[in-house]
This record gives sequence, structure tokens and C-alpha cells, in this order.
Amino acid sequence: MADTAVATEHVDHHAGEHHGPQGFLKYIWSTDHKMIAMQYLFTGMFMAVIGGYMAYVFRMQLAFPGISVPGFGQVSPGEYNALVTNHGSIMIFWVAMPVLIAAFGNFLIPLMIGADDMVFPRINRLSYQIFLISALLLLASLFVQGGGFGGAWTAYPPLSAVGDYNQTAIASSMWLAAVALEFVAFLLGGINFITTLMNARAPGMKAYDIPLVCWMIVIASILFMLSVGPLIAGAAMLFLDQTVGTGFYDPARGGDPVLWQHLFWFFGHPEVYVVLLPAIGITIDIVATFSRKKVFGYKLMLYTTVATGVLSFFVWAHHQFIAGIDPRMANVFMVTTLLISVPIAELLFVIIATLYGGSIRLKTPMLWALAFIAEFLIGGVTGIFLGASGADIYFHDTYFVLAHFHYTFFPIAIIGTFAAFTYWFPKMFGKMMNDTLGKIHFWGTIIPFNFIFIPLFVLGIGGQHRRIYNYEHFPDLSSAGQYQLRQVATIALLVMLAFQLVFFYNCIMSWWKGKAAGKNPWEANTLEWTTESPPPHGNWPEGLPNVYRGPYEYSHPDREEDYWPQNEPD
Amino acid sequence: MIEQLSTYAGDIDNLILLMTVLVGFWFFAAEGMFFWLIWRFRAKPGVKSQYLEGHEPHVMKWITWPHGLILICDVFIIIGAVQVWYNVKQRLPEPDTTIRVIGQQWAWTFQHPGQDNELDTPDDIFTVDDLHVEVDRVYHFLLESRDVLHSFSVPVFRIKQDAIPGRAITGWFEATGTGDYDVQCAEICGIGHGVMAARIHIEDSEQHAAWIAASSAAQ
Amino acid sequence: MAFPKPAATLRSSTGIPTGRLAVWWLLASEVVIFGGLLGAYLMFRLGHPEWADAAEHTNTWIGAFNTLVLLTSSFTAVLAHQAAERGDGKTAAKFLVLTIGGALTFVMVKSVEWGIEITAGYTITANGFWSFYYTAAGLHALHVIAGAIIMGIIAVDAYRGRELQRVELIGIYWHFVDVVWIFLFPLLYIAK
Repeated sequence: MADTAVATEHVDHHAGEHHGPQGFLKYIWSTDHKMIAMQYLFTGMFMAVIGGYMAYVFRMQLAFPGISVPGFGQVSPGEYNALVTNHGSIMIFWVAMPVLIAAFGNFLIPLMIGADDMVFPRINRLSYQIFLISALLLLASLFVQGGGFGGAWTAYPPLSAVGDYNQTAIASSMWLAAVALEFVAFLLGGINFITTLMNARAPGMKAYDIPLVCWMIVIASILFMLSVGPLIAGAAMLFLDQTVGTGFYDPARGGDPVLWQHLFWFFGHPEVYVVLLPAIGITIDIVATFSRKKVFGYKLMLYTTVATGVLSFFVWAHHQFIAGIDPRMANVFMVTTLLISVPIAELLFVIIATLYGGSIRLKTPMLWALAFIAEFLIGGVTGIFLGASGADIYFHDTYFVLAHFHYTFFPIAIIGTFAAFTYWFPKMFGKMMNDTLGKIHFWGTIIPFNFIFIPLFVLGIGGQHRRIYNYEHFPDLSSAGQYQLRQVATIALLVMLAFQLVFFYNCIMSWWKGKAAGKNPWEANTLEWTTESPPPHGNWPEGLPNVYRGPYEYSHPDREEDYWPQNEPD
Repeated sequence: MIEQLSTYAGDIDNLILLMTVLVGFWFFAAEGMFFWLIWRFRAKPGVKSQYLEGHEPHVMKWITWPHGLILICDVFIIIGAVQVWYNVKQRLPEPDTTIRVIGQQWAWTFQHPGQDNELDTPDDIFTVDDLHVEVDRVYHFLLESRDVLHSFSVPVFRIKQDAIPGRAITGWFEATGTGDYDVQCAEICGIGHGVMAARIHIEDSEQHAAWIAASSAAQ
Repeated sequence: MAFPKPAATLRSSTGIPTGRLAVWWLLASEVVIFGGLLGAYLMFRLGHPEWADAAEHTNTWIGAFNTLVLLTSSFTAVLAHQAAERGDGKTAAKFLVLTIGGALTFVMVKSVEWGIEITAGYTITANGFWSFYYTAAGLHALHVIAGAIIMGIIAVDAYRGRELQRVELIGIYWHFVDVVWIFLFPLLYIAK
């Protein structure tokens, strides 16, 4: 199988010449997975700027209540609700998912399995187009009469179902439609990723020769696919409640507001693993490369990931301990929730164990990958407090929850993105990024990050509840010390935002004037490093590669080189 | 943690303390090991990495042993949490007094039984945003909503319960000290969510009787 | 010029044709969507025995007729697949057109049925039962229509002898649409 497959495969030798749209049109009509990846990446990064701006505005309001925020103005209570709602929605659906899954999945999967594209390039393009429409719809919802939707990203009815209650009737339906379209885009994209990984692998690439980042993105896609269905059904019902006046969630008409919560969280909990898994995949691949070591427990990691995915379907009601569910059920969900922390801890332990015996180089991508582990651990352990139902009685809807999920989401969406971006930038753009600027950006992000959210943990422990635009009405939350903590968090955010300018500067200067990267600047094993940087249309115009070994054969005792590319014959 | 002013606040805080100790141990152990490994195995010229397949026992035991010990810690946490949860949410001790708490956009209405200590009688005392209770008495609260989801939250008691329109949910508390403290709405309920602040006035028996008398006279 | 397929599309590391894999994954996601909706309906129905009064008014005969129409159309889809397997694109296209005819019949009958029910006052907002009735059947009908459109495109290609492997794929999708109806029919028309 290994030797014959290339000869019998039809490779279009004109691939690099005139395939695909040319000139400006290629940015609109291209079906090349690398172009689509860029589209998702830039759209996601643009949305991150918007989501970050929203955080800036509401954190300024919280630190200096009543202030006219520079670049926004005074924040009314309704605007505050819209800001927190859309910040959360944007960061999860229009930043984390498109960047970690769609952008890096699109760029990496065909390259890492030795294919020339995804198996359905036109559906791939369609999925981006639907995604783009969803993003535009979401942004448009911010400017309609009544302002942006203000019912929180969780959109619990009756508040979200009735315009008179939320006072953002038009935006509430646009927001919902935007989320639904985003789901459709990712269902389509997911089908592409899954079937491509299953079927389009290079000759010789067995299942256990697939790089873990590809596995993780595909398992995440499967998890998404199998969990989002009930929420799509629930969203259809909510949309009908909003627009034609059905009563699915209206108790006065036999409906049940708690039904929405179950449908939402049945998806909502697996969703956090949908974004976590790609970040873990990115981290482990980078750790392997920069410690020059085989992953410790590839199969263990794979099976643990599947176990996490399966378990994730049985924990959802830990978001609803206080919601009025049968109190007996809370005990069941607490047990499953605490249990799921075990395989996740295992995944982190495997990555940490990979460091053992390594030869660790602390280049910028490795710093980000290591920071992911150190910071995510905080997020993970603070989840235990929330999973224990007895403690959640106090912590539910406080800033403790908020700090917990930022200590998980920020490592996933931001640290994970910077890790992947700095690692694969040379391959995507053909130039090296400046490592010194990279390290400045790294420390200027990580240190302030902790100064934002540790104060928020403290405030949460002190009883500060969520989604409040001004704590002046709560004497127990208006002490000087509490205001100082809010200010520390806000100033840290400003510092962190300022350091992102270093990143943008580095991107532009490196792209323009950076050192040429060559094919394999990191001396890594996986297939994407065996072609040009950036790869041409068709990826390997002279012939798709064959695979002879696994992806992590670093420092093999029989070799002098400390790496062994997958496509090198024995 | 903030002041403990209910019979179960201390239990909840102790559960949190238990978790802090157990979780804190594992957290520092993992982070410590992590940073030590980065330092110990930093790249040195001429030193090659080890080639480990992934089932070497001397490394595997660092995964399997913690695995097992964490599960044991989880058992302790589960036992503690079930006890607390059962006490606060599953059982309802016999009430000395029953009150009704009604959330709406954007205020809390509290219905106190009057001098007859019976709810839904003509001498009931209705207040907006001011809840008066007596220390050392077991209260049941009947929680309702007139419109959207709200959540009745008293941090010094550590209690929190969502209010759902169309349902009356019963919870309980017994205050252990006097004073005036925040009552919050802990579920986003619209534009006025941030002004839906109330105060609980925990009074000793004399103060409470005086308040009832004064309020009944005023009615 | 037809879209030039990448080599990736023609590979099959698992031995299963890629298109078939894709359709099965699509169906998996659709099963969870309809499963969620019907699960919610079941929970509500069990908690609201009075919905039986509303359910009295669905027309079981029309429902049964539409069931027959869909089952027949699944049969013609099978015949289309068999023709495609033989390489006979023209016959496959003919049977696909019959299947589309079944879809159109289904949708037209449903329009008439809904027209009758709406004029009688059984609208989507009448009560919880009718809300679910129109939502579930409506979501299903949207899948029927979308499927019919895609089927038309595939029939045109098949008539020209192109992409015959897609006849099987749209057939699989069609059977799924049929199966969803097989669940809807008893839930909405028979359980009274």
C-alpha cells in the first residue's frame, strides 16, 4: 500500500498554474482550504477586537461607575446588558470556534494528513459564507432600535422570549438567528473535517499516525454535531415565541422556561469541550516539537479524550443546580461533574509528562503552550467548587463563576490561538515572527491576565453577583476595597489590551520584512512542514506524500537528527 | 468568606474550606511538578531528549497514582457536598414562620404574616425591598415570580434560589445573628436587574415584635 | 468546466465512499435535532394530558395518506439507486423525478391540511399541542423541500450520466426524511 498509492493516484499537475479564481476574486470565491482558513482566522480576529472592545467598555463602567467611557460614552443599564451579552456570545461563537476549529482545522487537517484539500471544497466555502452572514447579522443586531440583545449569552426565557421584558425585541431575534446560522455553518464544516480525516489520509497514514491536533479538532466537531441538535430545536421554539407568539416557554400557556435551560446546557456543556479539545491538541503538538519528545501516551490521550466527550453529555445540569430542578437530580449531576474532572486532569498530566526527559526550548509558541497548561489548571480546579452542589448554592451567579470560566476560556481561546498562530505563522505566511517581540507580547498578556481575574475571584467570594452594571445599590458590595479590586482588574485589562499592539506590529512587520521561514524552521515531523511556506495551491504540486511513521518520532535513539519527518522513507 | 449568619452558612463555608485544602494540594503539586520539569529539562547543549514510548512504569506511575488519589479526594468532596445540599435544598424543617417572596421587574415584594403568624390573612404585612425576619426562627420562604426568572439571594445566609413564573418554590433559612444585609436578584432579569436590590433586617424578638406592631398600626 | 475535484475527494482510507460517510454524519446531526424536538414534545405531552383534546382534531386519514405518499417515494428512490448502480442515469433520473413528485404531493396535501386546520382556529398559537404540531411538521416539511431541491439537481446530473454515486446519497437522506415522518405520524396523529 505504501509504495503503490502515489503512482495510481491522479494528481493534477496543473494544480499550481491556473486553478481557482485569480486576483482579487480569489478572496471571495476560492475553495482552497488555506484561503478559507485565512477567512475564518481574520474574521475571528476581527470579532475578537469587537468582543475585547465591549469588555473594555463594561469594565470601565464597573471600575468608574457613571463615567463617560472614552470611545463609547455613558453606559446605560440596557447598554450594559447588551455589552455583556454580546461579549460572551461573540467570544464563544465568533472567536473561539472559528479560530480554533474552523481556521486551524481548515489550514492544518489537509496538510497534516497529506491531502491537497478538504474532500468537499465547495461546501467548505459555503460554510464560511454562512458563517460570515451570521457574523454580519450579529453585528447588525447591535444597531437596531432598542439596541443589542440584552438577555445574556444564555438567553433564558421568559426574558429572552418576550420583547416587553427584554426591551431589545428586534435584536433578540437577530441574535438568535445569527447563533442558529453559526451552528449551521459549523455543522457543514464539521462534516468536511470528519470525512476528510477519515478518508483522505496519505497512503501509509494509519489512525495512530495522525497528529493529535487533527484528532482533537475532529472529535470536537463530532461532539458539536451530536450536542447542538436539541438546542437548534429549542432555538426554533424560542424564535417562534419571540416572533409569532407561541408559548413554548410561557408558563401561563403551559410552557416551561426551564426546558430552554436543559436544551441550552445539554449543548452548552459539551460546547466547552468542543473548544477545549482543539486548544489541547495545539498545546500537545507544540510541546512535543519544542521538547523534542514523543507525546507521552498518545493512545491514552486519545481514549481519554473520547471518554471526556462521552461524559460531557451527562453533566449539564450543574449549570442549573439553583434553577428549580428536582433537588435529588442535583446529586447525580454533581457526581458526574466531579468525575469528568478526572479525564481532563489526565489529559493535562499527559502533556506535563511529555516534558519529562525532554530538551525544552522556550521559543514563543512554547511559552504560549506552557502558559495554557499553567493557567487552565486554575480554571479546572476552580470548577470543582462549582460542581459541588452544596458550595454552588453560594457561588452560583457570582464573579467566582465568571473568573472560573475566564480561567478556562481565556487559555483556550486566547492563549491557544496565540500558541497556534505563532507556531504556524511561518508556514502560513512564509516568514518568521520576531521572537523577542513575541516574548514581550507574551508576558504583556499573561501577567495582566492574572491581575484581571484574581481580583474577580476575590470579589466573587465576597458575594458579588453577575451582570450588574453598578454596585452602588448594594451596600455590602460598595466598600472601598471592593471598588479598588474592580479598578485593579480594569487597569490590568487596559495594560493587556495595550500589549496586543505589540502583536499586531509583530504580525505586520514579520509578514512584510521577516526572515524567510523555509519549509521547516522548527524541525518538526508533521507533514505540513514538508512543503513550501506558504504551501501552493494543491499543497504538494509535485506529488502528495506517503507516510512511514507516527508524528512524534523525536530524538529516536537510532538517529542522529532529533526529528524524523513522517514522509521520509525508512 | 463574609459573615456567616444562618445555621447552614458555616456548613457551606466548611465544604468550601475542605475543597480548598484538597484542591489546593493537587493544584500546587501539579503546578510545582510542571515548573520543575520545565527547569529540570531545559535544553542543554549536547544533551538529547529521552525517547519514551508512553508505557514506561516509572513515568506512568506519576499519572496513575495521582489519578487514584484524586478519585479518593472526590469521594470526600461528594460526601460533604451531598450532606450540605440535602440539608439546604432537600429537607424542609418545620417552620416557625412562613413568608412569601415575590420577584418582578424590578423589585422584591415581601409578604410577612402579621401578628397571627399566618400567611394570607388580613393582617399580613407587605413591604417592597425590605425583608424583616427574626433571629433564631426557622423560616420557610415561598418564592414566586410575576414575569421573568429572578433569583432570591442572601449572601450572608449563603442561600440562593431561582424564582420561576408559574411556580411557587419553597426554601428555608434560620438566621443566627442580627443586622442589615444585602438581598440580591441573582438571575439577569432585564434592564433593571442592577437596581433590584433589597435589604434584609434580621431583628431580635423585641425589635421584630415592635416592627410588626408598628407596621400593623400603619396599615 | 465542471469543478475540478481534489485528489482528497477521491481517496478512501476507510474503504467507505466519502459521500456516504458525509451523509451518515449529516443524518447523525439531524437525528439529534429532531430527537431534541420530539423529546421535548414527549415531555410536554406526558405532563399535559389535556393536550389530548387538541390532538383529537388532527386528521388521521390525511396523515395516513401522506405516510403512504412518503413511503412510496422512498420506494422510487430505491429504484433510482438501483438504476444508478447499473450505470443507467436516465432511468435513475426518471425515478428521482417520481420521488420529487411524491415530495410535492406531500407538501401540497399538507398545505391543504393546514389550511383547513388554520381556518378552524387551530393555529400555531392556539395551544401547546398545536405549537408543537406546526413546529415539528414544519421543520420536517422544510427538510422535504430542501431534499427535493437537491434531488432535482442530482437528477439533472444523473440524466446526463454524471455523478451517479450521488443518487444513492440523496436516497439515504430521503429515507431519513421518511423515518422522521414515521415518528411524527403516530405522535401527532395517532396518539389521541
